[in-house]
Amino acid sequence: MSVLVVAEHDNTNLKPATLNAVTAAAKLGDVAVLVAGSNCHGVAEAAAKIGGVAKVLLADDPAYEHRLAENLAALVAKLAPGFTHVLATATSAGKNVMPRVAALLDVAQISDISAVEGADTFVRPIYAGNALATVQSSDPIKVITVRATGFDPAPAEGGSAAIETVDPAGDSGLSQFVGQALSKSERPELTSARVIISGGRGMQSGENFHLLEKVADKLGAAVGASRAAVDAGFVPNDYQVGQTGKIVAPELYIAVGISGAIQHLAGMKDSKVIVAINKDEDAPILQVADYSLVADLFQAVPELAAELEK
Amino acid sequence: MKVLVAVKRVIDANVKVRVKADGTGVETTNVKMSMNPFDEIGIEEAIRLKEAGKATEVIALSAGVQQCQETLRTALAMGADRGILIQTDAELQPLAVAKLFKAVVEKEQPQLVILGKQAIDDDCNQTGQMLSTLLGWAQGTFASKLEPNGDSLTVTREVDGGLETVALKMPAVITTDLRLNEPRYASLPNIMKAKKKPIETLTPDELGVDVSPRLKTLKVVEPPPRKSGVRVSSVAELVDKLRNEAKVI
Ligand SMILES: Cc1cc2nc3c(=O)[nH]c(=O)nc-3n(C[C@H](O)[C@H](O)[C@H](O)COP(=O)(O)OP(=O)(O)OC[C@H]3O[C@@H](n4cnc5c(N)ncnc54)[C@H](O)[C@@H]3O)c2cc1C
Ligand SMILES: Nc1ncnc2c1ncn2[C@@H]1O[C@H](COP(=O)(O)O)[C@@H](O)[C@H]1O
Repeated sequence: MSVLVVAEHDNTNLKPATLNAVTAAAKLGDVAVLVAGSNCHGVAEAAAKIGGVAKVLLADDPAYEHRLAENLAALVAKLAPGFTHVLATATSAGKNVMPRVAALLDVAQISDISAVEGADTFVRPIYAGNALATVQSSDPIKVITVRATGFDPAPAEGGSAAIETVDPAGDSGLSQFVGQALSKSERPELTSARVIISGGRGMQSGENFHLLEKVADKLGAAVGASRAAVDAGFVPNDYQVGQTGKIVAPELYIAVGISGAIQHLAGMKDSKVIVAINKDEDAPILQVADYSLVADLFQAVPELAAELEK
Repeated sequence: MKVLVAVKRVIDANVKVRVKADGTGVETTNVKMSMNPFDEIGIEEAIRLKEAGKATEVIALSAGVQQCQETLRTALAMGADRGILIQTDAELQPLAVAKLFKAVVEKEQPQLVILGKQAIDDDCNQTGQMLSTLLGWAQGTFASKLEPNGDSLTVTREVDGGLETVALKMPAVITTDLRLNEPRYASLPNIMKAKKKPIETLTPDELGVDVSPRLKTLKVVEPPPRKSGVRVSSVAELVDKLRNEAKVI
Protein backbone atom coordinates (compact mmCIF):
# COMPACT_ATOMS: atom_id res chain seq x y z
CA MET A 1 0.00 0.00 0.00
CA SER A 2 1.23 3.47 -0.63
CA VAL A 3 0.06 6.63 0.95
CA LEU A 4 0.21 10.22 -0.23
CA VAL A 5 0.57 13.01 2.35
CA VAL A 6 -0.20 16.51 1.14
CA ALA A 7 2.38 18.73 2.86
CA GLU A 8 1.30 21.97 4.46
CA HIS A 9 3.73 24.83 3.97
CA ASP A 10 4.06 28.48 2.98
CA ASN A 11 6.60 27.95 0.16
CA THR A 12 9.43 28.50 2.67
CA ASN A 13 8.70 26.38 5.73
CA LEU A 14 7.06 23.03 6.19
CA LYS A 15 4.27 23.32 8.80
CA PRO A 16 4.95 21.05 11.78
CA ALA A 17 1.49 19.38 11.61
CA THR A 18 2.70 17.67 8.43
CA LEU A 19 4.99 15.55 10.63
CA ASN A 20 2.01 14.22 12.59
CA ALA A 21 0.22 13.37 9.35
CA VAL A 22 3.31 11.43 8.22
CA THR A 23 3.13 9.35 11.41
CA ALA A 24 -0.52 8.50 10.69
CA ALA A 25 0.38 7.69 7.08
CA ALA A 26 3.27 5.42 8.09
CA LYS A 27 0.75 3.17 9.88
CA LEU A 28 -0.91 2.58 6.51
CA GLY A 29 1.94 2.01 4.05
CA ASP A 30 4.88 3.57 2.23
CA VAL A 31 4.75 7.32 2.52
CA ALA A 32 5.11 9.79 -0.34
CA VAL A 33 4.82 13.51 0.40
CA LEU A 34 3.44 15.98 -2.12
CA VAL A 35 4.89 19.48 -1.96
CA ALA A 36 2.82 21.73 -4.21
CA GLY A 37 3.72 25.38 -4.21
CA SER A 38 5.70 28.05 -5.99
CA ASN A 39 9.45 28.35 -5.59
CA CYS A 40 9.18 25.76 -2.88
CA HIS A 41 12.19 23.55 -3.55
CA GLY A 42 13.45 24.16 -0.02
CA VAL A 43 10.24 22.73 1.37
CA ALA A 44 10.65 19.62 -0.78
CA GLU A 45 14.18 19.22 0.61
CA ALA A 46 12.83 19.49 4.16
CA ALA A 47 10.14 16.92 3.36
CA ALA A 48 12.76 14.55 1.96
CA LYS A 49 14.54 14.58 5.34
CA ILE A 50 11.49 13.49 7.34
CA GLY A 51 12.09 10.07 8.87
CA GLY A 52 9.93 7.41 7.19
CA VAL A 53 9.26 9.29 3.97
CA ALA A 54 10.05 7.18 0.89
CA LYS A 55 9.49 9.74 -1.85
CA VAL A 56 8.75 13.43 -2.35
CA LEU A 57 6.65 14.68 -5.24
CA LEU A 58 7.30 18.29 -6.13
CA ALA A 59 4.82 20.38 -8.12
CA ASP A 60 6.37 23.81 -8.45
CA ASP A 61 4.03 26.16 -10.30
CA PRO A 62 2.52 29.63 -9.78
CA ALA A 63 -0.94 28.00 -9.67
CA TYR A 64 -0.02 26.59 -6.24
CA GLU A 65 1.59 29.69 -4.77
CA HIS A 66 -1.30 30.28 -2.35
CA ARG A 67 -2.62 26.72 -2.40
CA LEU A 68 -6.02 27.74 -3.69
CA ALA A 69 -8.29 24.75 -3.11
CA GLU A 70 -9.64 24.62 -6.67
CA ASN A 71 -6.15 24.29 -8.16
CA LEU A 72 -4.55 22.10 -5.52
CA ALA A 73 -7.45 19.62 -5.36
CA ALA A 74 -7.23 19.03 -9.11
CA LEU A 75 -3.55 18.12 -8.77
CA VAL A 76 -4.04 15.85 -5.76
CA ALA A 77 -6.98 14.07 -7.41
CA LYS A 78 -4.88 13.51 -10.53
CA LEU A 79 -2.11 11.88 -8.47
CA ALA A 80 -4.44 9.98 -6.11
CA PRO A 81 -5.08 6.87 -8.26
CA GLY A 82 -1.49 5.78 -7.59
CA PHE A 83 -2.25 5.55 -3.86
CA THR A 84 -4.54 3.71 -1.45
CA HIS A 85 -4.82 6.66 0.94
CA VAL A 86 -4.44 10.43 0.63
CA LEU A 87 -3.85 12.31 3.88
CA ALA A 88 -3.54 15.93 4.90
CA THR A 89 -3.52 17.80 8.17
CA ALA A 90 -6.89 18.75 9.71
CA THR A 91 -5.87 22.42 9.65
CA SER A 92 -7.69 25.21 7.88
CA ALA A 93 -5.61 24.46 4.77
CA GLY A 94 -6.30 20.71 4.81
CA LYS A 95 -10.00 21.19 5.54
CA ASN A 96 -10.26 23.60 2.64
CA VAL A 97 -8.80 21.31 0.00
CA MET A 98 -9.37 17.66 0.92
CA PRO A 99 -13.18 17.51 0.58
CA ARG A 100 -12.66 18.77 -2.98
CA VAL A 101 -10.24 15.91 -3.61
CA ALA A 102 -12.79 13.44 -2.20
CA ALA A 103 -15.58 14.86 -4.36
CA LEU A 104 -13.42 14.66 -7.51
CA LEU A 105 -12.70 11.01 -6.71
CA ASP A 106 -16.33 10.32 -5.72
CA VAL A 107 -15.28 9.01 -2.30
CA ALA A 108 -16.13 9.98 1.27
CA GLN A 109 -13.71 12.03 3.31
CA ILE A 110 -12.84 10.78 6.77
CA SER A 111 -12.36 14.00 8.72
CA ASP A 112 -10.09 14.65 11.64
CA ILE A 113 -8.97 11.11 12.50
CA SER A 114 -7.38 10.65 15.91
CA ALA A 115 -6.37 6.99 15.49
CA VAL A 116 -5.75 4.39 12.77
CA GLU A 117 -7.33 1.01 13.56
CA GLY A 118 -6.62 -0.66 10.22
CA ALA A 119 -6.28 0.09 6.52
CA ASP A 120 -9.96 1.04 6.25
CA THR A 121 -10.90 1.75 9.87
CA PHE A 122 -10.33 4.98 11.77
CA VAL A 123 -11.38 6.73 14.96
CA ARG A 124 -12.72 10.25 14.83
CA PRO A 125 -14.24 12.54 17.45
CA ILE A 126 -17.82 13.76 16.84
CA TYR A 127 -20.17 16.07 18.78
CA ALA A 128 -17.36 18.32 19.96
CA GLY A 129 -15.39 15.34 21.21
CA ASN A 130 -18.27 14.11 23.38
CA ALA A 131 -18.12 10.85 21.46
CA LEU A 132 -15.52 8.88 19.54
CA ALA A 133 -16.75 7.09 16.41
CA THR A 134 -14.96 4.17 14.80
CA VAL A 135 -15.72 4.27 11.10
CA GLN A 136 -14.97 1.91 8.24
CA SER A 137 -14.62 3.09 4.67
CA SER A 138 -15.74 1.07 1.65
CA ASP A 139 -14.13 3.44 -0.86
CA PRO A 140 -11.19 2.38 -3.07
CA ILE A 141 -9.16 5.46 -2.09
CA LYS A 142 -9.38 6.81 1.44
CA VAL A 143 -9.24 10.59 1.68
CA ILE A 144 -8.39 11.59 5.24
CA THR A 145 -7.59 14.62 7.35
CA VAL A 146 -5.45 14.00 10.42
CA ARG A 147 -5.90 15.54 13.85
CA ALA A 148 -2.32 16.35 14.82
CA THR A 149 -2.87 15.79 18.54
CA GLY A 150 -3.69 12.11 17.87
CA PHE A 151 -0.24 11.30 16.49
CA ASP A 152 3.34 12.05 17.54
CA PRO A 153 5.35 14.02 15.01
CA ALA A 154 7.62 12.00 12.72
CA PRO A 155 11.30 12.92 13.11
CA ALA A 156 12.06 16.01 11.01
CA GLU A 157 15.56 14.69 10.27
CA GLY A 158 16.96 11.32 9.33
CA GLY A 159 15.30 10.56 6.00
CA SER A 160 16.81 10.92 2.55
CA ALA A 161 13.93 10.49 0.13
CA ALA A 162 14.32 11.15 -3.59
CA ILE A 163 12.58 14.24 -4.95
CA GLU A 164 10.57 13.62 -8.11
CA THR A 165 9.04 16.44 -10.13
CA VAL A 166 5.40 16.07 -11.16
CA ASP A 167 3.51 18.03 -13.79
CA PRO A 168 1.15 20.72 -12.55
CA ALA A 169 -2.56 20.31 -13.28
CA GLY A 170 -3.25 23.87 -14.44
CA ASP A 171 -5.04 26.91 -13.08
CA SER A 172 -8.82 26.59 -12.74
CA GLY A 173 -9.30 30.35 -13.09
CA LEU A 174 -12.13 30.09 -10.53
CA SER A 175 -10.51 31.93 -7.65
CA GLN A 176 -7.71 34.36 -7.06
CA PHE A 177 -5.63 35.18 -4.02
CA VAL A 178 -6.06 38.85 -3.07
CA GLY A 179 -4.15 39.22 0.17
CA GLN A 180 -3.62 38.08 3.72
CA ALA A 181 -3.35 39.57 7.18
CA LEU A 182 -1.41 37.06 9.22
CA SER A 183 -0.95 37.53 12.95
CA LYS A 184 2.69 38.21 13.68
CA SER A 185 4.08 36.73 16.83
CA GLU A 186 7.44 35.87 18.29
CA ARG A 187 5.77 33.12 20.27
CA PRO A 188 5.47 29.46 19.30
CA GLU A 189 2.47 28.45 17.16
CA LEU A 190 -0.56 27.39 19.18
CA THR A 191 -0.80 23.95 17.63
CA SER A 192 2.83 23.03 18.30
CA ALA A 193 3.50 24.90 21.56
CA ARG A 194 4.61 22.94 24.64
CA VAL A 195 2.80 25.36 26.92
CA ILE A 196 -0.33 27.45 26.21
CA ILE A 197 -1.99 30.12 28.30
CA SER A 198 -5.47 31.07 27.11
CA GLY A 199 -7.78 33.87 28.15
CA GLY A 200 -11.56 34.11 28.01
CA ARG A 201 -14.29 36.66 28.47
CA GLY A 202 -13.05 37.11 32.05
CA MET A 203 -10.05 39.01 30.64
CA GLN A 204 -12.40 41.93 29.94
CA SER A 205 -10.25 43.56 27.22
CA GLY A 206 -7.53 43.00 24.68
CA GLU A 207 -5.07 45.08 26.71
CA ASN A 208 -5.46 42.75 29.65
CA PHE A 209 -4.03 39.94 27.52
CA HIS A 210 -0.66 41.54 28.33
CA LEU A 211 -1.04 39.94 31.74
CA LEU A 212 -1.07 36.53 30.03
CA GLU A 213 1.83 37.51 27.78
CA LYS A 214 4.01 38.18 30.83
CA VAL A 215 3.41 34.62 31.99
CA ALA A 216 3.85 33.32 28.43
CA ASP A 217 7.26 35.05 28.25
CA LYS A 218 8.42 33.19 31.35
CA LEU A 219 7.20 29.82 30.09
CA GLY A 220 7.91 30.12 26.37
CA ALA A 221 4.20 29.64 25.90
CA ALA A 222 1.76 30.40 23.11
CA VAL A 223 -1.28 32.54 23.88
CA GLY A 224 -4.77 31.28 23.01
CA ALA A 225 -8.35 32.31 23.70
CA SER A 226 -11.95 31.22 23.95
CA ARG A 227 -14.50 32.08 21.30
CA ALA A 228 -16.02 34.70 23.58
CA ALA A 229 -12.68 36.53 23.78
CA VAL A 230 -12.31 36.44 19.98
CA ASP A 231 -15.92 37.50 19.33
CA ALA A 232 -15.44 40.42 21.72
CA GLY A 233 -12.44 41.53 19.65
CA PHE A 234 -9.87 41.06 22.44
CA VAL A 235 -7.65 38.95 20.17
CA PRO A 236 -7.62 37.81 16.51
CA ASN A 237 -9.59 34.79 15.24
CA ASP A 238 -6.54 32.57 14.98
CA TYR A 239 -6.23 32.52 18.79
CA GLN A 240 -9.45 30.52 19.16
CA VAL A 241 -9.10 27.10 20.74
CA GLY A 242 -12.04 24.71 20.50
CA GLN A 243 -14.44 22.60 18.49
CA THR A 244 -14.53 25.15 15.70
CA GLY A 245 -11.11 26.67 16.31
CA LYS A 246 -7.76 25.01 16.93
CA ILE A 247 -7.32 21.64 18.56
CA VAL A 248 -4.35 21.64 20.92
CA ALA A 249 -2.78 19.18 23.33
CA PRO A 250 0.24 20.83 24.96
CA GLU A 251 2.12 19.56 28.01
CA LEU A 252 0.56 22.40 29.99
CA TYR A 253 -2.63 24.37 29.24
CA ILE A 254 -3.54 27.28 31.51
CA ALA A 255 -7.14 28.51 31.13
CA VAL A 256 -7.71 31.95 32.59
CA GLY A 257 -11.19 33.47 32.90
CA ILE A 258 -12.65 30.71 30.72
CA SER A 259 -15.80 28.92 31.91
CA GLY A 260 -15.12 25.66 30.10
CA ALA A 261 -18.02 25.32 27.65
CA ILE A 262 -18.04 21.98 25.87
CA GLN A 263 -16.96 23.70 22.64
CA HIS A 264 -13.86 25.05 24.35
CA LEU A 265 -13.06 21.77 26.11
CA ALA A 266 -13.26 20.04 22.71
CA GLY A 267 -10.12 21.90 21.70
CA MET A 268 -7.92 21.36 24.76
CA LYS A 269 -9.06 18.50 26.96
CA ASP A 270 -6.35 16.18 25.67
CA SER A 271 -3.67 18.47 27.11
CA LYS A 272 -1.33 16.61 29.47
CA VAL A 273 -1.77 18.99 32.42
CA ILE A 274 -4.61 21.51 32.67
CA VAL A 275 -4.61 24.49 35.03
CA ALA A 276 -7.70 26.66 35.50
CA ILE A 277 -7.81 30.06 37.10
CA ASN A 278 -11.39 31.18 37.64
CA LYS A 279 -13.23 33.15 40.28
CA ASP A 280 -16.32 30.93 40.04
CA GLU A 281 -15.88 27.68 41.93
CA ASP A 282 -18.68 26.09 39.89
CA ALA A 283 -17.13 26.83 36.51
CA PRO A 284 -17.10 23.59 34.46
CA ILE A 285 -13.45 24.11 33.51
CA LEU A 286 -12.53 23.17 37.09
CA GLN A 287 -13.88 19.66 36.47
CA VAL A 288 -11.30 18.93 33.79
CA ALA A 289 -8.44 20.82 35.43
CA ASP A 290 -5.62 18.95 37.16
CA TYR A 291 -4.92 22.04 39.23
CA SER A 292 -7.53 24.69 39.82
CA LEU A 293 -7.17 27.99 41.54
CA VAL A 294 -10.36 29.78 42.51
CA ALA A 295 -9.25 33.40 42.47
CA ASP A 296 -9.59 36.74 40.76
CA LEU A 297 -7.40 36.56 37.70
CA PHE A 298 -6.37 40.21 37.98
CA GLN A 299 -4.66 39.28 41.21
CA ALA A 300 -3.59 35.73 40.45
CA VAL A 301 -2.04 36.22 37.01
CA PRO A 302 0.42 39.00 37.97
CA GLU A 303 1.29 36.94 41.04
CA LEU A 304 1.93 33.95 38.79
CA ALA A 305 4.28 35.99 36.61
CA ALA A 306 6.15 37.14 39.75
CA GLU A 307 6.32 33.64 41.22
CA LEU A 308 7.80 32.27 37.99
CA GLU A 309 10.62 34.83 38.33
CA LYS A 310 11.76 33.12 41.49
CA MET B 1 -29.21 37.33 -7.33
CA LYS B 2 -30.88 34.23 -5.92
CA VAL B 3 -29.25 32.84 -2.76
CA LEU B 4 -29.63 29.25 -1.56
CA VAL B 5 -28.77 28.55 2.08
CA ALA B 6 -28.34 25.08 3.61
CA VAL B 7 -29.82 24.56 7.07
CA LYS B 8 -29.16 21.36 8.98
CA ARG B 9 -31.18 20.11 11.91
CA VAL B 10 -28.77 19.11 14.69
CA ILE B 11 -28.77 18.49 18.43
CA ASP B 12 -28.79 21.91 20.09
CA ALA B 13 -25.34 23.25 20.94
CA ASN B 14 -26.25 23.54 24.64
CA VAL B 15 -27.29 19.91 25.08
CA LYS B 16 -24.89 17.59 26.88
CA VAL B 17 -24.66 14.79 24.33
CA ARG B 18 -24.84 11.24 25.70
CA VAL B 19 -23.50 8.13 24.02
CA LYS B 20 -26.02 5.27 23.81
CA ALA B 21 -25.23 2.34 26.03
CA ASP B 22 -25.19 -0.08 23.07
CA GLY B 23 -22.46 1.95 21.33
CA THR B 24 -24.47 2.58 18.14
CA GLY B 25 -24.60 6.35 18.37
CA VAL B 26 -25.72 9.18 20.61
CA GLU B 27 -29.06 9.61 22.37
CA THR B 28 -31.46 11.69 20.25
CA THR B 29 -34.86 10.90 21.77
CA ASN B 30 -36.32 13.79 23.78
CA VAL B 31 -33.29 15.88 22.97
CA LYS B 32 -33.65 19.50 21.89
CA MET B 33 -32.91 20.00 18.20
CA SER B 34 -31.96 23.31 16.56
CA MET B 35 -30.61 24.78 13.39
CA ASN B 36 -26.85 24.24 13.08
CA PRO B 37 -25.36 27.52 14.43
CA PHE B 38 -23.21 28.07 11.33
CA ASP B 39 -26.36 27.82 9.21
CA GLU B 40 -28.09 30.54 11.26
CA ILE B 41 -25.12 32.69 10.29
CA GLY B 42 -25.69 31.64 6.65
CA ILE B 43 -29.37 32.63 6.73
CA GLU B 44 -28.51 35.93 8.41
CA GLU B 45 -25.95 36.75 5.73
CA ALA B 46 -28.38 35.97 2.92
CA ILE B 47 -31.08 38.12 4.49
CA ARG B 48 -28.61 40.99 4.88
CA LEU B 49 -27.70 40.67 1.20
CA LYS B 50 -31.40 40.91 0.40
CA GLU B 51 -31.89 43.90 2.70
CA ALA B 52 -28.94 45.58 0.99
CA GLY B 53 -30.63 45.08 -2.38
CA LYS B 54 -27.98 42.60 -3.52
CA ALA B 55 -30.09 39.43 -3.31
CA THR B 56 -33.55 39.00 -4.76
CA GLU B 57 -34.64 35.77 -3.13
CA VAL B 58 -33.43 33.66 -0.21
CA ILE B 59 -34.22 29.94 -0.32
CA ALA B 60 -33.55 27.70 2.70
CA LEU B 61 -32.65 24.09 1.95
CA SER B 62 -32.53 21.11 4.27
CA ALA B 63 -32.09 17.36 3.85
CA GLY B 64 -33.25 14.74 6.30
CA VAL B 65 -36.26 13.60 8.25
CA GLN B 66 -39.68 15.22 8.11
CA GLN B 67 -38.92 17.28 11.27
CA CYS B 68 -36.39 19.32 9.27
CA GLN B 69 -39.54 21.29 8.35
CA GLU B 70 -39.15 22.96 11.77
CA THR B 71 -35.61 24.02 10.94
CA LEU B 72 -36.84 25.44 7.64
CA ARG B 73 -39.64 27.30 9.46
CA THR B 74 -37.00 28.91 11.69
CA ALA B 75 -35.14 30.04 8.57
CA LEU B 76 -38.39 31.41 7.12
CA ALA B 77 -39.14 33.22 10.38
CA MET B 78 -35.70 34.84 10.25
CA GLY B 79 -36.55 36.12 6.78
CA ALA B 80 -35.94 33.47 4.10
CA ASP B 81 -38.58 33.56 1.35
CA ARG B 82 -39.25 29.86 0.86
CA GLY B 83 -37.98 26.46 1.84
CA ILE B 84 -37.04 23.18 0.19
CA LEU B 85 -36.90 19.91 2.11
CA ILE B 86 -35.28 16.85 0.64
CA GLN B 87 -37.04 14.35 2.81
CA THR B 88 -35.56 10.98 3.70
CA ASP B 89 -35.10 8.77 6.74
CA ALA B 90 -31.83 7.46 5.34
CA GLU B 91 -28.52 8.31 7.04
CA LEU B 92 -27.00 11.14 5.03
CA GLN B 93 -23.26 11.64 4.75
CA PRO B 94 -21.65 14.82 3.33
CA LEU B 95 -20.96 13.45 -0.17
CA ALA B 96 -24.61 12.37 -0.51
CA VAL B 97 -25.85 15.74 0.79
CA ALA B 98 -23.58 17.52 -1.70
CA LYS B 99 -25.04 15.43 -4.55
CA LEU B 100 -28.61 16.19 -3.43
CA PHE B 101 -27.82 19.90 -3.18
CA LYS B 102 -26.21 19.87 -6.61
CA ALA B 103 -29.46 18.56 -8.09
CA VAL B 104 -31.39 21.38 -6.37
CA VAL B 105 -28.87 23.97 -7.57
CA GLU B 106 -29.36 22.76 -11.13
CA LYS B 107 -33.13 23.28 -10.78
CA GLU B 108 -33.01 26.60 -8.95
CA GLN B 109 -29.94 28.19 -10.59
CA PRO B 110 -28.85 30.37 -7.62
CA GLN B 111 -25.78 32.58 -8.04
CA LEU B 112 -24.66 32.02 -4.49
CA VAL B 113 -24.96 29.00 -2.20
CA ILE B 114 -24.16 29.42 1.50
CA LEU B 115 -23.47 26.51 3.86
CA GLY B 116 -22.06 26.33 7.36
CA LYS B 117 -18.38 25.54 7.70
CA GLN B 118 -19.18 22.62 9.97
CA ALA B 119 -22.18 20.74 11.29
CA ILE B 120 -21.77 20.54 15.06
CA ASP B 121 -22.99 16.93 15.16
CA ASP B 122 -20.70 15.10 12.71
CA ASP B 123 -18.02 17.85 12.81
CA CYS B 124 -17.19 16.90 9.20
CA ASN B 125 -16.48 20.28 7.59
CA GLN B 126 -16.91 18.87 4.07
CA THR B 127 -20.28 19.47 2.46
CA GLY B 128 -19.72 22.99 1.09
CA GLN B 129 -16.37 22.13 -0.45
CA MET B 130 -17.84 18.98 -2.01
CA LEU B 131 -20.84 20.81 -3.43
CA SER B 132 -18.61 23.49 -4.92
CA THR B 133 -16.47 20.79 -6.56
CA LEU B 134 -19.42 18.85 -8.00
CA LEU B 135 -20.73 22.09 -9.50
CA GLY B 136 -17.29 23.06 -10.84
CA TRP B 137 -17.58 26.35 -8.94
CA ALA B 138 -15.24 28.42 -6.80
CA GLN B 139 -15.38 28.14 -3.01
CA GLY B 140 -14.89 30.61 -0.19
CA THR B 141 -14.67 28.59 3.00
CA PHE B 142 -14.65 29.85 6.63
CA ALA B 143 -15.91 33.25 5.52
CA SER B 144 -15.85 36.20 7.92
CA LYS B 145 -16.75 38.83 5.29
CA LEU B 146 -18.47 38.78 1.87
CA GLU B 147 -18.45 41.54 -0.70
CA PRO B 148 -20.30 40.80 -3.94
CA ASN B 149 -19.27 43.03 -6.82
CA GLY B 150 -20.89 42.13 -10.12
CA ASP B 151 -19.82 38.69 -11.25
CA SER B 152 -17.10 38.44 -8.65
CA LEU B 153 -17.23 37.90 -4.91
CA THR B 154 -14.54 38.98 -2.47
CA VAL B 155 -14.34 36.74 0.57
CA THR B 156 -12.30 37.19 3.73
CA ARG B 157 -11.51 33.79 5.24
CA GLU B 158 -10.54 32.79 8.78
CA VAL B 159 -7.38 30.69 8.40
CA ASP B 160 -4.98 29.23 10.97
CA GLY B 161 -2.52 32.11 10.65
CA GLY B 162 -5.08 34.95 10.59
CA LEU B 163 -7.15 36.18 7.66
CA GLU B 164 -6.93 35.57 3.92
CA THR B 165 -8.83 37.32 1.14
CA VAL B 166 -9.77 35.68 -2.15
CA ALA B 167 -11.77 36.82 -5.17
CA LEU B 168 -14.17 34.22 -6.54
CA LYS B 169 -15.83 33.92 -9.89
CA MET B 170 -19.61 33.77 -9.48
CA PRO B 171 -21.61 31.60 -9.07
CA ALA B 172 -19.84 30.37 -5.96
CA VAL B 173 -20.22 28.38 -2.76
CA ILE B 174 -19.50 30.00 0.60
CA THR B 175 -19.13 28.38 4.01
CA THR B 176 -19.67 30.57 7.06
CA ASP B 177 -17.40 31.11 10.03
CA LEU B 178 -18.37 32.50 13.43
CA ARG B 179 -17.38 36.12 12.82
CA LEU B 180 -19.38 36.62 9.59
CA ASN B 181 -22.32 38.15 11.48
CA GLU B 182 -24.49 37.80 14.55
CA PRO B 183 -27.76 36.10 13.58
CA ARG B 184 -31.01 37.83 14.54
CA TYR B 185 -33.80 36.29 16.54
CA ALA B 186 -37.08 35.82 14.71
CA SER B 187 -39.75 38.25 15.92
CA LEU B 188 -43.18 36.93 16.85
CA PRO B 189 -44.93 38.55 13.85
CA ASN B 190 -42.30 37.03 11.57
CA ILE B 191 -42.80 33.61 13.15
CA MET B 192 -46.51 33.94 12.35
CA LYS B 193 -45.80 35.09 8.80
CA ALA B 194 -43.40 32.20 8.27
CA LYS B 195 -46.24 29.71 8.72
CA LYS B 196 -47.67 30.86 5.39
CA LYS B 197 -44.42 30.73 3.44
CA PRO B 198 -44.11 27.75 1.08
CA ILE B 199 -41.97 24.68 1.72
CA GLU B 200 -41.51 22.32 -1.23
CA THR B 201 -40.75 18.68 -0.49
CA LEU B 202 -38.55 16.54 -2.74
CA THR B 203 -37.01 13.10 -2.34
CA PRO B 204 -33.57 11.71 -3.21
CA ASP B 205 -35.31 9.45 -5.79
CA GLU B 206 -36.95 12.40 -7.49
CA LEU B 207 -33.54 14.07 -7.66
CA GLY B 208 -31.97 10.84 -8.98
CA VAL B 209 -29.34 10.67 -6.25
CA ASP B 210 -27.99 7.51 -4.63
CA VAL B 211 -27.44 8.44 -0.98
CA SER B 212 -25.93 5.14 0.21
CA PRO B 213 -23.40 5.83 2.98
CA ARG B 214 -19.72 5.20 2.15
CA LEU B 215 -18.66 5.07 5.78
CA LYS B 216 -19.99 2.51 8.20
CA THR B 217 -19.99 3.42 11.88
CA LEU B 218 -18.73 0.37 13.74
CA LYS B 219 -19.09 1.85 17.21
CA VAL B 220 -19.47 5.06 19.16
CA VAL B 221 -17.95 5.36 22.62
CA GLU B 222 -17.43 8.01 25.24
CA PRO B 223 -13.95 9.47 25.41
CA PRO B 224 -11.92 8.33 28.42
CA PRO B 225 -12.63 10.62 31.41
CA ARG B 226 -9.88 12.78 32.87
CA LYS B 227 -8.85 11.85 36.37
CA SER B 228 -10.07 14.37 38.87
CA GLY B 229 -7.74 17.17 39.83
CA VAL B 230 -6.97 19.15 42.95
CA ARG B 231 -7.72 22.64 44.24
CA VAL B 232 -4.74 24.73 45.11
CA SER B 233 -5.07 27.56 47.59
CA SER B 234 -2.42 29.93 46.33
CA VAL B 235 -0.31 30.84 43.32
CA ALA B 236 2.79 29.68 45.20
CA GLU B 237 1.26 26.24 45.72
CA LEU B 238 0.26 26.10 42.05
CA VAL B 239 3.79 26.85 40.87
CA ASP B 240 5.22 24.35 43.33
CA LYS B 241 2.90 21.60 42.03
CA LEU B 242 3.70 22.41 38.41
CA ARG B 243 7.42 22.32 39.14
CA ASN B 244 7.70 19.40 41.51
CA GLU B 245 4.65 17.20 41.04
CA ALA B 246 3.60 17.56 37.38
CA LYS B 247 7.13 18.60 36.35
CA VAL B 248 5.84 20.57 33.36
CA ILE B 249 7.67 23.83 34.04
C1 LIG C 1 -21.26 26.60 17.01
C2 LIG C 1 -20.45 27.01 18.20
C3 LIG C 1 -19.09 26.86 18.12
C4 LIG C 1 -18.29 27.27 19.19
N1 LIG C 1 -16.95 27.07 19.10
C5 LIG C 1 -16.16 27.43 20.14
C6 LIG C 1 -14.75 27.22 20.12
O1 LIG C 1 -14.18 26.69 19.14
N2 LIG C 1 -14.02 27.62 21.17
C7 LIG C 1 -14.59 28.22 22.29
O2 LIG C 1 -13.86 28.58 23.22
N3 LIG C 1 -15.92 28.40 22.34
C8 LIG C 1 -16.71 28.04 21.29
N4 LIG C 1 -18.05 28.27 21.37
C9 LIG C 1 -18.59 29.12 22.46
C10 LIG C 1 -18.81 28.40 23.77
O3 LIG C 1 -20.08 27.79 23.77
C11 LIG C 1 -18.76 29.43 24.92
O4 LIG C 1 -19.72 30.44 24.69
C12 LIG C 1 -17.39 30.11 25.07
O5 LIG C 1 -16.37 29.13 25.09
C13 LIG C 1 -17.38 30.93 26.35
O6 LIG C 1 -16.17 31.63 26.46
P1 LIG C 1 -15.60 32.05 27.90
O7 LIG C 1 -15.41 30.83 28.72
O8 LIG C 1 -14.44 32.92 27.66
O9 LIG C 1 -16.77 32.99 28.45
P2 LIG C 1 -17.79 32.77 29.64
O10 LIG C 1 -18.53 31.51 29.48
O11 LIG C 1 -18.54 34.03 29.77
O12 LIG C 1 -16.86 32.58 30.91
C14 LIG C 1 -16.09 33.57 31.48
C15 LIG C 1 -15.45 32.98 32.72
O13 LIG C 1 -14.56 33.92 33.28
C16 LIG C 1 -14.67 33.88 34.68
N5 LIG C 1 -14.23 35.18 35.19
C17 LIG C 1 -14.78 36.38 34.95
N6 LIG C 1 -14.10 37.36 35.57
C18 LIG C 1 -13.07 36.76 36.23
C19 LIG C 1 -12.02 37.23 37.04
N7 LIG C 1 -11.86 38.53 37.31
N8 LIG C 1 -11.17 36.34 37.56
C20 LIG C 1 -11.30 35.01 37.30
N9 LIG C 1 -12.28 34.52 36.53
C21 LIG C 1 -13.15 35.37 35.99
C22 LIG C 1 -16.12 33.59 34.95
O14 LIG C 1 -16.28 33.00 36.22
C23 LIG C 1 -16.45 32.63 33.82
O15 LIG C 1 -16.25 31.28 34.21
C24 LIG C 1 -18.87 27.84 20.33
C25 LIG C 1 -20.26 27.95 20.40
C26 LIG C 1 -21.04 27.54 19.35
C27 LIG C 1 -22.53 27.67 19.47
N1 LIG D 1 -28.60 17.20 5.93
C1 LIG D 1 -28.27 18.49 5.73
N2 LIG D 1 -29.26 19.41 5.52
C2 LIG D 1 -28.93 20.71 5.32
N3 LIG D 1 -27.69 21.18 5.29
C3 LIG D 1 -26.68 20.31 5.48
C4 LIG D 1 -26.92 18.92 5.72
N4 LIG D 1 -25.73 18.33 5.90
C5 LIG D 1 -24.78 19.29 5.78
N5 LIG D 1 -25.36 20.48 5.53
C6 LIG D 1 -24.68 21.78 5.31
O1 LIG D 1 -23.29 21.58 5.25
C7 LIG D 1 -22.62 22.27 6.31
C8 LIG D 1 -21.40 21.51 6.73
O2 LIG D 1 -21.75 20.23 7.20
P1 LIG D 1 -20.66 19.07 7.43
O3 LIG D 1 -19.88 18.95 6.17
O4 LIG D 1 -21.48 17.85 7.73
O5 LIG D 1 -19.83 19.51 8.60
C9 LIG D 1 -23.69 22.49 7.36
O6 LIG D 1 -23.40 23.61 8.16
C10 LIG D 1 -24.92 22.72 6.49
O7 LIG D 1 -24.93 24.04 5.98
